[in-house]
Amino acid sequence: MRRVVGGAISDAWWSVFGALGLSRARWEALPNIARRAVKASIWTAIGLVLVAYFGVWQWSALAIAAVVLVLVVPSYSRVTIGGRRVGRFIVPLAALAIAITYPFYAYTSTGVSPGLPQLPVFGTFPLMSTMVNMGIFTMMALGLNFVVGYAGLLDLGYVAFYAMGSYMAGWLASSQFSQVNVRFGGIGVIQGLTGIHISIWLVLLAAGLMTAFVGVVIGLPTLRLRGDYLAIVTLGFGEILPQVARNGNSLLGFNLTNGTGGITPIDPPGFGSWAHHHLGLPANYGALGTTFDRDYFWTVLVLVLVTIFCSARLRDSRLGRAWIAIREDEVAAAAMGIPLMRTKTWAYATGAFFGGVAGAFYASYNGSSNPDEFYFQISVFILVMVILGGMGNIWGVIFGACFLTYLNSEGLNNIGAWLNTHFGPGGSDVTLWHKTLDVPEYNFGIYGVILVVVMLFRPEGLIPSRRRAAEFHEGVHDQPLYDAAA
Amino acid sequence: MMADPLLRTSSLRKEFGGLVAVDDVDFTVPTGAIVSLIGPNGAGKTTFFNMLTGVYKPTAGSVVFAGEELTGKPPHAFTERGIGRTFQNIRLFQNMTALENVLVGMHSRLKGTLVEAILRTPRVKHEEDGARDRARELLEFSGLRRKDHEIGRNLSYGDQRRLEVARALATQPKLLLLDEPTAGMNPQETAEFTDFVARLRTDLDLAVLLIEHDMRVVMGVSDRVTVLDYGEKIAEGTPSEIQKNERVIEAYLGSAAVSTG
Repeated sequence: MRRVVGGAISDAWWSVFGALGLSRARWEALPNIARRAVKASIWTAIGLVLVAYFGVWQWSALAIAAVVLVLVVPSYSRVTIGGRRVGRFIVPLAALAIAITYPFYAYTSTGVSPGLPQLPVFGTFPLMSTMVNMGIFTMMALGLNFVVGYAGLLDLGYVAFYAMGSYMAGWLASSQFSQVNVRFGGIGVIQGLTGIHISIWLVLLAAGLMTAFVGVVIGLPTLRLRGDYLAIVTLGFGEILPQVARNGNSLLGFNLTNGTGGITPIDPPGFGSWAHHHLGLPANYGALGTTFDRDYFWTVLVLVLVTIFCSARLRDSRLGRAWIAIREDEVAAAAMGIPLMRTKTWAYATGAFFGGVAGAFYASYNGSSNPDEFYFQISVFILVMVILGGMGNIWGVIFGACFLTYLNSEGLNNIGAWLNTHFGPGGSDVTLWHKTLDVPEYNFGIYGVILVVVMLFRPEGLIPSRRRAAEFHEGVHDQPLYDAAA
Repeated sequence: MMADPLLRTSSLRKEFGGLVAVDDVDFTVPTGAIVSLIGPNGAGKTTFFNMLTGVYKPTAGSVVFAGEELTGKPPHAFTERGIGRTFQNIRLFQNMTALENVLVGMHSRLKGTLVEAILRTPRVKHEEDGARDRARELLEFSGLRRKDHEIGRNLSYGDQRRLEVARALATQPKLLLLDEPTAGMNPQETAEFTDFVARLRTDLDLAVLLIEHDMRVVMGVSDRVTVLDYGEKIAEGTPSEIQKNERVIEAYLGSAAVSTG
């Protein structure tokens, strides 16, 4: 399909260019840098036309810079300092710098960002709360990437890990178990509360470890299954855990999860008064007033960086190679001495760990863990992030997570508003429909369309790993020939 | 009695439903020997191989390797004990580089754990560097000089076969199982490969078990030959004995093979 359509378009292109005297062979004979420069200019021209059309001239310079950077920067990636290839860090570091400073120019007490202009179609820049969500979902998508992207195991129940992490925070940092009074490093916690209050930093770690353990428990019986069967069983677990949470208000008379009410309030993070006085860190994020989102954002940024770091390190390790080998050919991997069950379980546990940490952080940010948040769609949503961005590629997954979270939180809203004011009832351009269109209503329909389009035209994702791209275009020969399950 | 053989199977049997693919085969590979397994297509050679590597679990009988009973263990246990293998239809990790393929083969010989990999402890760094050096040596030994960073699928057919052997050698086997390694090779490549198999024994002290259809390879390099037909062992002996064996000629070699030698 992709080849047919893509081929037809490209043939059409080249017949036009051929008529102008530029044959495909001559184009391909040009040096790479020249081709990039030409492409960059074409895109810049397109960008300029768009900018002119939407009348936002103050953004043209930035837009051009961005386009040129994206198209030409791959040649900078070969820049070396002292033998180390530092060029490949340019884009990530620039992105990080923008992310760290974002709250300073985007933040106001009301949450709107007057310091930044309105974008055409997309409207305002993302709010801080959206940025925090992006971070949380990036962590989860990177966690799922261990399972789906590296080890090639389809997991449709990832939300179970998210829920597990969230409830760990609920149990270890709230007044849920008011029968007991436990405090451990409960810095920044309001005094005089009953229940278990453990420092949120320890809770994050505990939630990750506990979720990883649950991942192992779920994984041991299920990971023997192949492909579709595994997907169905994970789907089952993804439904079971939230159901347990929903109905866990009277387990043998014991109120474990507080049922549909959920556990609330959960302690916000904090560093305590000592760190506040001596290091200037916030004592309690809940007491920050209107700027609290900012600190959550920086905190989640640190967590995301840790996740990226672990992803990259593991990918290039003995274990990472084993995951990729299993994805490519299970039988050959087993014959090379890779214990399939153990290695898959590690992938599952690692993915679960980050899902758990993200869930615990989300609970702490939200101040509650509620069973209504853990529905099947979240599992699919995270999976779509991984697929859209590019399975197995860290940057692709991050992009997919940020982009879809943004669309879900406010992007669709903004686009819908723009569409309605221009084309809706009494639209300023032309009235195409006469009733206000509620674009966010159609969110999963829209993600579905995006997914179908990506699968047809770029099945390896927007920013694929080199290896994955090859797999999708050439195919892997992983015939399940043998009866080896272990 | 001879010293214990490296590999011994007793009454090894595999049934698929009603079909007896391997029928109570007793078989040994002595330490340091090159043994060939021949027979017509469908005789059960590959099934037999798969039982020697744990890919199939035998219906009955046992596999004993270096004095240890391995029957029923998973494939990675066989690899850990020292049985390396290649596949009849090449099963490289097609989208990994040659070097990465070999590194995967070293999996069971490396120790690095998850936490160590994240922290990249000096021990793990040292181990990885060592593994890379060894992988390059193995590639060179297998005739894949300067092909470290070629993607598996981009290698020529002969090179893919060589890479499969290099990857199997990376598991540090005591016994190497080669499943029709010269299938699809031209006579020149086949001759080179035959020399290479002989070198495996002299240079690396390996025992080799070979499934092969090319009689020049079989007769040229083997110490012993075992013949399977319909899952049964019909003959066993030195190459010259096998060439004269009536049953083998009838079932497999055909009279032409005898006259051309």
